[in-house]
Amino acid sequence: MMELLGIPPQVLFGQLLLGLINGSFYALLSLGLAVIFGMLNVINFAHGAQYMLGAFAAWMLLKFAGINYWVALVLAPVLVGLIGVVLEKLMLSRLYKLDHLYGLLLTFGLALIIEGMFRHWYGVSGQPYPIPQALAGGHNLGFMFLPTYRGWVVAVSLVVCFGTWFMIERTRLGAYLRAATENPVLVQAFGINVPVMITATYGFGVALAGLAGVLAAPIYQVNPLMGSHLIIVVFAVVVIGGMGSILGAVLTGFMLGILEGFTKVFYPEASNIVIFVVMAVVLLIKPAGLFGREK
Amino acid sequence: MATHSQTAPSRAAHPQAEAPRAGQGSPALKWAALAALLVVALVAPFQLYPVFLAKALCFALFACAFNLLIGYVGLLSFGHAAFFGSAAYVTAHAVKVWGLTPELGILLGVAVAALFGLGFGFLAIRRQGIYFAMVTLALSQMVFFLALQLPFTGGEDGIQAVPRGYLFGVIDLGDNLAMYYFVLAVFLAGFLLIYRTIHSPFGQVLKAIRENEPRAVSLGYKVDQYKLAAFVMSAALAGLAGGTKAIVFQLASLTDITWQMSGEVVLMTLLGGLGTIFGPVVGAFLVVTLQNYLAGTQLPVTVVTGVIFVVCVLLFRRGIVGEIGALLKGRG
Repeated sequence: MMELLGIPPQVLFGQLLLGLINGSFYALLSLGLAVIFGMLNVINFAHGAQYMLGAFAAWMLLKFAGINYWVALVLAPVLVGLIGVVLEKLMLSRLYKLDHLYGLLLTFGLALIIEGMFRHWYGVSGQPYPIPQALAGGHNLGFMFLPTYRGWVVAVSLVVCFGTWFMIERTRLGAYLRAATENPVLVQAFGINVPVMITATYGFGVALAGLAGVLAAPIYQVNPLMGSHLIIVVFAVVVIGGMGSILGAVLTGFMLGILEGFTKVFYPEASNIVIFVVMAVVLLIKPAGLFGREK
Repeated sequence: MATHSQTAPSRAAHPQAEAPRAGQGSPALKWAALAALLVVALVAPFQLYPVFLAKALCFALFACAFNLLIGYVGLLSFGHAAFFGSAAYVTAHAVKVWGLTPELGILLGVAVAALFGLGFGFLAIRRQGIYFAMVTLALSQMVFFLALQLPFTGGEDGIQAVPRGYLFGVIDLGDNLAMYYFVLAVFLAGFLLIYRTIHSPFGQVLKAIRENEPRAVSLGYKVDQYKLAAFVMSAALAGLAGGTKAIVFQLASLTDITWQMSGEVVLMTLLGGLGTIFGPVVGAFLVVTLQNYLAGTQLPVTVVTGVIFVVCVLLFRRGIVGEIGALLKGRG
């Protein structure tokens, strides 16, 4: 059997695939954070909790209403996004005139409330969510075995990330958005309803987190604390990528996921902290992040 | 809205109700109030459980250390549990395994926390505002994983059954009263150090940086060095609180080092009043009391904590001490 760098290829590619999947989630979540940050200037600390909400929404839809994965894939993000809209209208919108730190603190409090409630109701044990029939099983690629569902997650993540990038960078709506982040007053003067746009953007970013949650449900179990570890890693991803560009958030997410997978193969003890080490190094060399603009 | 995210001076930390500067107001009244507080602190352990009070004092010192950064330099660190927790681990290990006396163990913990502070601060001050918060948070998560994986930390169990030992080899800290007075002394030393720092020329420069960083730069101050010095000092004092806590509870555990703990100290300071001298102390006592109370009920602690957070941010950003100060000012 062929060996690569002293590691059996099955192990290497298996870990790389895992890394790629983690990377898909990092990319989706940091994309959502970047979209929200661009428009609201808020670091959405509740992003991890909203990701968890997405997974729980899918699980509840299945358990209590018998609604299957495919419908949940659309319905759950919409529901979570609507919760986001309500939060923005009721709370976040009151803080825009203040220091941005208050947005961070508010969303931190919201994360505590959401996660605390689900933990109170469901404990810390995970709820299983079955892989949908059509995506069960896998393919033998010759050098490795690819579970279909995992391939599906990577594909969806790529499509959604590209779609979001396209919408923001290449469409008229995206042009309004980018203009409004530069100069909201001027854009408002052109007759565009900026507050509605802000609300919609927050809802959309939160929905992205919800979507990631639904995608995650069959892979990891549905667990009240599934977001709270992930969110810190995603913060590190964001710092490494720099908040300047949507593309940066996505690329960095995938890259770091794969790097983490590599580390698991060659030096497993460090796999938990490799992303933070990369963050430290990047901060030393490029404080604004790999894709960020220096201000 | 997006244009000034990184350059704007932090308004989060405005001292809406700064404690009266030395020489202003009525110093006699101030000293009388301080003396009364001290008497209360000395008598309190005869009325309330000393270990509970000692815990509250440890967290009060922790919150004061955190407030030195957010309140007087305008830096929101979301990773202070790393200093608190690492000092707790080092102190616990030094006292239990190496058999050091408690005060030496705590000093060692403080030294390690200060070293971490130097490293974190060096990296974190390259970014500002919310990025600063995210960098400190991510770095502290790294320390969390170290605490989980390193051989001496006991993994999920932490370091348990740490002997309290004899202070200076003489005073038996196994006695709860003696323990309390030792913690009180540690707290007062830390508190006075912070008080003196804030009211020193060094502290004035820190406030100038908070108010208008570009201006401080143009006045010729090496802003990064000032920030770093304040960061290291805050980390060391957080370590002092953590090391002392490890002795009081004879335990260093993962709870001390999670990011939820970093959030808790933010809450204590916010609830009491950012940038006020006594705010963090009041906030710490309230939060510790509340947690003690909630532990005996069915209510989930994190939810209540989160609600207080949201209410503080939305309704009274000045915190309790800050609001009272503003009221007094409005009347006078």
